[in-house]
Amino acid sequence: MPDADLIIVGAGPAGMAAAATAAAGGGRVLLLDEQPRAGGQIYRNVGAGGDARPWLGKDYAAGRPLVAALQAPGITAEFGATVWRIEAGPRVVWSRDGESHVCAARHVLLAGGAQERPVPFPGWTLPGVMPAGAPQILMKTSGLLPRDAVLAGSGPLLYLIAAQMIDAGAAPQALVETQGPAMMLRATRHLPRALMAAGTLAKGLGLIRKIKAAGVARHTGAAGFRAEVAGDGDIAFSFTAGGRAHRLVTPLLLTHQGVVPSTHVSRAAGAAHEWNEAQQAFQPKRDAWGATDVPGIHVAGDGAGIGGAEAAQAAGRLAACDILHRLGRLDEASRDRKAAPDRAALRRAMAIRPFLDAAYAPLPEFLAPEGDTIVCRCEEITAADIRASVDEGANGPRQVKTATRAGMGPCQGRMCDLTVRGILAACGTRPATPRARTPIKPVKLGELAALASHQET
Amino acid sequence: MKIASRFLTRPDAVRTVMVSLDGEPVAARAGDSVAAALLAHSGDASRQSGKGAPRTAFCMMGICFDCLVEVDGQPNCQGCMITVRDGMVLRRQRGLRKLDGSANA
Ligand SMILES: Cc1cc2nc3c(=O)[nH]c(=O)nc-3n(C[C@H](O)[C@H](O)[C@H](O)COP(=O)(O)OP(=O)(O)OC[C@H]3O[C@@H](n4cnc5c(N)ncnc54)[C@H](O)[C@@H]3O)c2cc1C
Ligand code: FES
Repeated sequence: MPDADLIIVGAGPAGMAAAATAAAGGGRVLLLDEQPRAGGQIYRNVGAGGDARPWLGKDYAAGRPLVAALQAPGITAEFGATVWRIEAGPRVVWSRDGESHVCAARHVLLAGGAQERPVPFPGWTLPGVMPAGAPQILMKTSGLLPRDAVLAGSGPLLYLIAAQMIDAGAAPQALVETQGPAMMLRATRHLPRALMAAGTLAKGLGLIRKIKAAGVARHTGAAGFRAEVAGDGDIAFSFTAGGRAHRLVTPLLLTHQGVVPSTHVSRAAGAAHEWNEAQQAFQPKRDAWGATDVPGIHVAGDGAGIGGAEAAQAAGRLAACDILHRLGRLDEASRDRKAAPDRAALRRAMAIRPFLDAAYAPLPEFLAPEGDTIVCRCEEITAADIRASVDEGANGPRQVKTATRAGMGPCQGRMCDLTVRGILAACGTRPATPRARTPIKPVKLGELAALASHQET
Repeated sequence: MKIASRFLTRPDAVRTVMVSLDGEPVAARAGDSVAAALLAHSGDASRQSGKGAPRTAFCMMGICFDCLVEVDGQPNCQGCMITVRDGMVLRRQRGLRKLDGSANA
């Protein structure tokens, strides 16, 4: 007998909503997350003393009921549990404290969420340069607040993080935005549809008002990022904006160019992926319920394509309804009826995406950098190295990897896959989806050996 | 170069856990990750890359592996995924480490 009807990888809004729906429908659910607590990225640590941090806002506190709902009978949740392999069956292999476990289920839902898009430019590996989501994680989980930071890049999350910093009494010294009037103009044709999500638009405008009221210096249309070490260990950040060169000195330069699906787990599971041109990212192919082309495997949430937390919850519940149907616990008509409100919610939540994707599109200089900008942080491979390998005949991610070692370090390409793809595309090739192999997180040899001997017995 | 932490510590965040970093005692807040504790302690590098470049924790969510640190004798631990414990012995890593912990020649 399998260990569960459904194993869910990831306890963010998508995974938590799916767990509650599946359990309420009579399914036995095993929920795995590598973080110490449920919440995912948006609701990181929300279950733990959330009231002490009012500056994180109402939308953050809204995650509490989702976390509380995991107490339902029928849900077993394991934290600190890193999933490193999905096998046919399906079976899920996960590791905690140096020990691996194999669990079988009738269905698996991958809800691993998103990561920030890598933002490569000269100096982005220096201490003092971080993605903007990193200090936000610290604000959610630790006693730290960014000191006199510069926020640089674009996207709705950048405004949210700026507003949270202001409310926490740690306002950034400047907000350097990469989007310019031309991008905004291109985005306006998507505005009528975006009005379906008027609430989200209004929230965004509220964040911008708060940033203006706080007197944070703002630059727009910025490009030409470069970071260097200033004499005292601070970062000297130079860029151009409004036809002028600027230089800001800060202990902490926080960059952001949006988020992209984390696809290592779905790629390693063997699911087919496609390139999303509007979002400039790979995503697993799936049907309207989140089912992939691998039997028994669904995907939901930002790991299946960026839609944000509300879309993630709706997609999680849709996948759970379909899985209950496949388990024989919900006939087709009941599934469709039960899913209708979530399908409508998903459509509403996604209505704003074409506008956001166009208005806050990543700059070409970050998608396909040049010169001695490091692309692969682990192996310290530069854009010039990658371009040289293309000149020598590499025309896909695999050849670039073999020729340069880009993507062979411990992060397994999480920090360079998209940039390698961007450079390949800029050089005129049509790059394939890069492969991801198990183990998708480094596992010590001893742990593998222990697992093998256990499986033989 | 020595730079104070690039972060402010909230007044209510008391540091009650003692760890050692390269033999030096360092106070940390209970519940913080090892990477957060190192960022609170200093703005300097917490690791050197294979080519000797300074690095600190970057993504804080387990994907970049820039937070690698030796924890209680175990090299290559992801500092952002481990919670500090009283008495933990931390060492900064210089260069790449093999799985057995020796420096890569
Ligand atoms: C750093 C960061 C900060 C963000 N902050 C916000 C915010 O403040 N507000 C907002 O509206 N949106 C934020 N977002 C956008 C976010 O993607 C969505 O809002 C929402 O969290 C997506 O929900 P999800 O359930 O799809 O994934 P997530 O919420 O990302 O949850 C995925 C979960 O899966 C777990 N996981 C992933 N891989 C594995 C594995 N191999 N093994 C075990 N567990 C695994 C992760 O630990 C995580 O808890 C942020 C995104 C990022 C990357
Ligand atoms: S800081 Fe990126 S993996 Fe730890």
